[in-house]
Amino acid sequence: MKVKAADYLIYDEEKKVYRENPEQIVRDDVEKHYWKHVGLTMAKDWRLYIMVLPMLLVFLFWRYFPMYELLGCFKVSDEVLPVSEQLFSGFSYFKRLLVSGDALSVEFWRALRNTFILSFYGLCFGFPVPIILALFFNEVRSNAARSIFQVLTYLPKFMSTVVMTSLITMLVKQGSLTTSYGVLSQLMEKIGMISHETAQAGLLNNPAYFRTIYELSGIWETAGYGSIVYFAAIIAISPTSYEAAQIDGAGKMAQMKYVVLPSILSTIVIMLITRIGTLLSIGYEKVLLLYNPNTYVTGDVVSTFAQRYGLQGAAKGIASAAEMMNNVIGMLLVIGSNTIARKASNVSLY
Amino acid sequence: MKRKLETSELIFKIISYLFLTMFSIMCLYPFVYAISAAISGRTAVEYSQVVLFPKQIQFEAFSRMFNNNMFWNSYSNTLFITLYGTIFALLYSILGAYALSKKRLLFRKALNFFLVFTMWFSAGIVPQYLNYLSTKKVFNGIGITDDKWLVIIAMGMAAMNIILLRNAFENVPSEIEEAAIVDGATEFQVLSKVYIPMSKSTIATVALFFGISRWNGYFWARQMISNSNEHPLMVFIRLLLEEYTDAEAMAGWNYSYASDSVIYALIVCSIVPILIIYPFIQKYFAKGVNMGGVKE
Repeated sequence: MKVKAADYLIYDEEKKVYRENPEQIVRDDVEKHYWKHVGLTMAKDWRLYIMVLPMLLVFLFWRYFPMYELLGCFKVSDEVLPVSEQLFSGFSYFKRLLVSGDALSVEFWRALRNTFILSFYGLCFGFPVPIILALFFNEVRSNAARSIFQVLTYLPKFMSTVVMTSLITMLVKQGSLTTSYGVLSQLMEKIGMISHETAQAGLLNNPAYFRTIYELSGIWETAGYGSIVYFAAIIAISPTSYEAAQIDGAGKMAQMKYVVLPSILSTIVIMLITRIGTLLSIGYEKVLLLYNPNTYVTGDVVSTFAQRYGLQGAAKGIASAAEMMNNVIGMLLVIGSNTIARKASNVSLY
Repeated sequence: MKRKLETSELIFKIISYLFLTMFSIMCLYPFVYAISAAISGRTAVEYSQVVLFPKQIQFEAFSRMFNNNMFWNSYSNTLFITLYGTIFALLYSILGAYALSKKRLLFRKALNFFLVFTMWFSAGIVPQYLNYLSTKKVFNGIGITDDKWLVIIAMGMAAMNIILLRNAFENVPSEIEEAAIVDGATEFQVLSKVYIPMSKSTIATVALFFGISRWNGYFWARQMISNSNEHPLMVFIRLLLEEYTDAEAMAGWNYSYASDSVIYALIVCSIVPILIIYPFIQKYFAKGVNMGGVKE
């Protein structure tokens, strides 16, 4: 802030003299002793800062300190030495993963591609389902019936990944000499979707079905819960809008097109942009619990690649380098999409 | 005034009911199947004859489970982690969110960014693992040898939940707070007597989110809890599944029920508490979810 000489003197109307401006003196003091004043303000409201402290420490210790360990991807991995004392290796891990062309690099590119494909399919097939569900919920006029539908469709969201994947594993399990294959495989065989041999070998051992299983179970899990946001937007539409459309002779489809869709369009756009922002962040837990060496071809994603090499193997540096690339691109996507969302609708998601 | 439905509306309505009924059945079916399969006889399960209703009913799979000490151990471990983990996370989240909702907090923007950044960027599995290892060393050093406390304290923080709470607190009208201050309420009283009661639905939602993620937590619990007596339920289920799908382990199986039935029984036991609590909290969270996230 630029200070003018006139700021220091003010004209006293009563005594007809110029005198010093006390406010400017305080302002000067604040500027000169900034941290003292910060301290004073904080001391006045010390309770607030005590309140924020536990949260700060928890996030610092277990969300930010791991970022320091990320330095490991520039260092030579060592089991004993802490990351600060390891030898510097530069970008060798990144080079190896990205351009070396050896087996590991091929595997990394495959994982990166799988990550993208899995979430892209999720976007294409999973995104519209909650919207359709919300439209249908709106048709159910009886509150009791709608509550029942909603309670049932939200339910899978609250099941653990372990429970869900265990159920899937057993529903499509392979057959053996003494036991038959899973119930779901039987059903699919009956309606001609898969052959007997495929069912017998187990769907989870077949790379061709991994993505389908992953996406369908994802829709099953999240569609009902995801519809909450859209349904809230739909019930906010005033009944007079529908009446006006009906007077103009609009049938159901016309009402959908001219009343409902425009009203929920902004919600759809925001959700879509957010979804695009998370294209590279795929939950590793579900993949880890569903995949096996037979399905690495289609199922291995970057996080599971990192888990396999960094936690089961000892290639910690390479594993963190791989995940760091994935997460940095992911972060750029999120920030970019959030900026677009803000520009598009004046609504910030965070 | 009742209006006659037009044909297009009628058709749409029928489609809606059909689709919703089908989807609801799909959401419910796996759980019904799990119950049926848990109480069906060995041949019925092994030859996949159970489709919806149980056949050759037996309860030995359940009683085998209930007689297993490891089961009760893991169940109580999960209850312990869920209870204390939720309380701990709610405590620092509510306090932090309250402070963040105050305009007079200095460095408010920086603190918000500090939280939000963790949603954008995560260090990844390996750095987190190394970090937990050193945390474990520190915890052991100060005498906490039970790894459950590591799970409770060092895991499961969620910036999104804090932001949900912060937005709810920001929506509390400031006049009520001012009235309380005039009446001589301290900062903590304002929080506990004004803000918390007025944001009940969001707090219930966030508590549900924390509780569910604790109850369902698997990956890090499996990585970090070394003593198998301290494993939570989800780790126990997974280890059993891995053991039972192992062909060699199956060779010596001679019970009246299939090995799968034991896992189904376990799964049923693991979802019962959620099913009991869920209907009570369900009415809150539609409201809580809608309020949060989007901030104008």
